[in-house]
Amino acid sequence: MDLTGLTIDSARAAIAEHKTSALALAEAFYAKIASDDPKIDAYLILSKERGLEKASEIDRLANKGANLPPLAGVPVGIKDVLITKGVRTTAGSKILGNFVPPYDCTAVARLEAAGAVVLGKLNCDEFAMGSSNENSAFKPVHNPRDLSRVPGGSSGGSAAAVAADMAVAALGSDTGGSIRQPASFCGVVGLKPTYGRVSRYGLIAFASSLDHIGPLTKTVKDAATMLRTIAGRDPMDSTSAELPVPDYVAELDKPVKGMKVGVAKEYFGEGLDAELRSSIEAAIQKLAKLGCEIVEVSLPHTKYAIPAYYLVATAEASSNLARFDGVRYGFRAKDVRSLSDMYRRTRDQGFGAEVKRRIMLGTYALSAGYYDAYYLKAQRVRTLLTRDFEEAFKKVDAIVAPTTPTAAFKLGEKVDDPLAMYLADIYTVTANLAGIPGISIPVGVTKAKLPIGMQIFGKHFAESTILRVANAYEKAA
Amino acid sequence: MNVTEKDVAYVADLANLELSPDERSRMVRDLNSILGHVDSLNALDTKDVPPMAQVSDRYGVDESKKGSARFAYTYRDDVKEGLRKSFPTEVALANAPDSDETFFKVPKVIER
Repeated sequence: MDLTGLTIDSARAAIAEHKTSALALAEAFYAKIASDDPKIDAYLILSKERGLEKASEIDRLANKGANLPPLAGVPVGIKDVLITKGVRTTAGSKILGNFVPPYDCTAVARLEAAGAVVLGKLNCDEFAMGSSNENSAFKPVHNPRDLSRVPGGSSGGSAAAVAADMAVAALGSDTGGSIRQPASFCGVVGLKPTYGRVSRYGLIAFASSLDHIGPLTKTVKDAATMLRTIAGRDPMDSTSAELPVPDYVAELDKPVKGMKVGVAKEYFGEGLDAELRSSIEAAIQKLAKLGCEIVEVSLPHTKYAIPAYYLVATAEASSNLARFDGVRYGFRAKDVRSLSDMYRRTRDQGFGAEVKRRIMLGTYALSAGYYDAYYLKAQRVRTLLTRDFEEAFKKVDAIVAPTTPTAAFKLGEKVDDPLAMYLADIYTVTANLAGIPGISIPVGVTKAKLPIGMQIFGKHFAESTILRVANAYEKAA
Repeated sequence: MNVTEKDVAYVADLANLELSPDERSRMVRDLNSILGHVDSLNALDTKDVPPMAQVSDRYGVDESKKGSARFAYTYRDDVKEGLRKSFPTEVALANAPDSDETFFKVPKVIER
């Protein structure tokens, strides 16, 4: 049996039927990581002790013939912006290089409660700020489909680990596309749920009104299983919604015939690579063959999404990252003259270039004299972008779009041009600003064998709908 | 709007950053490039559009209620001892760069 190629269901079944044990499965993944990760660099920290202990616990259950929980023995990786009690958590930053959290992120705790085995912490752009994973303070991640290319970001380690069979599934975070874009670059499934669907408790904050936690998986069904496990009200996050969690897995196979699927011309304009365009158009045709009604919709403010996003996100980041001052945790600069000197040197030495750039941009956008022109303006445009989706969703049940304008680019290609890097998020930031759910699924490869992703957006809390469309496509493909 | 070296120095000060001379000149270049793109927002007339700070500004709210009760997302009953007990001192201090086992230690705040 190819242990590292298993999905959630097949892994759980293999353990339940005693074809393997949770411990053997976890060991197989650690062996795979030891042999393959040196050329990919998806993992920052391995949590072997915690992982193997959980695996043994599952094996004890399996040996008793007990009913196994839904993720029993399933090896997962966790993006290193999600804190893990007793397991070092860095957010890809030197400023948190030695930070050992005293409590667990809710989403991680829920996965473990459902039986998952946490293999370790996955590489990412520093504080989840980046679209290529090159902003990790420790090492860039290489795309397993082509090692000279980026895996995308900021959840690049999460996407690469799943694509390279170094985890069955992973958790990532998505503030402007950081789950969906790397999922598309690495050829896996990536789901950003509705804002409020999954608790953010224990997610190291980048931009609180835009941050989301979600799964990266090999199949749509696995994404549904992961979401069902992590979703739902958490008293520790006041923005987590009270709404009941549907059984996303049970709803997957409901028919899509007659469903209205929107296509917005604003997502197919200049800048979309021709190979990606034809792949996505073919995928849309496939949805039509499955009985979906394809409807043209308009999202007229789309071109304003990137500027609005980078003002809102950086303004919130400048506030959230003020807490890193060398007093309570993390790195502190040596040989300082005074308290304020300590703050400055700690932050100067602890943060990387992109994080400083975003703190500066956000501080500027919030500063006296510029608040109205930048931050407030961006918040008003956020309303317009949200209204675009409200209007479109009066006519359709889901909207399909490319996930990215191009396939994975080369390492180093955009590092000197921050604006060019920001524009890689052009099709994904809108869902964060509006808070709607979005999933990226693989729909083909380029001539150079690079994966192509298609996004499906849904109404607020309509994850069932987009998962159903994604599942119908995946099964037909 | 053009960002100058002086603006960068002022904003760095607000953000508790120092930045090296090289970083400052690069920051002037990068902020101007990004803000040049951001200026496209001025093409939109937004004076009658309400700002949106949170998704819950438009969703998860009960229009019939007032004040904080309006935000369904944020409402819960008070819990006397807090949702989670405070950490013991040694746990809270475990990650501190410097402490005296009771307090976080920092350089002198008031210079004599």
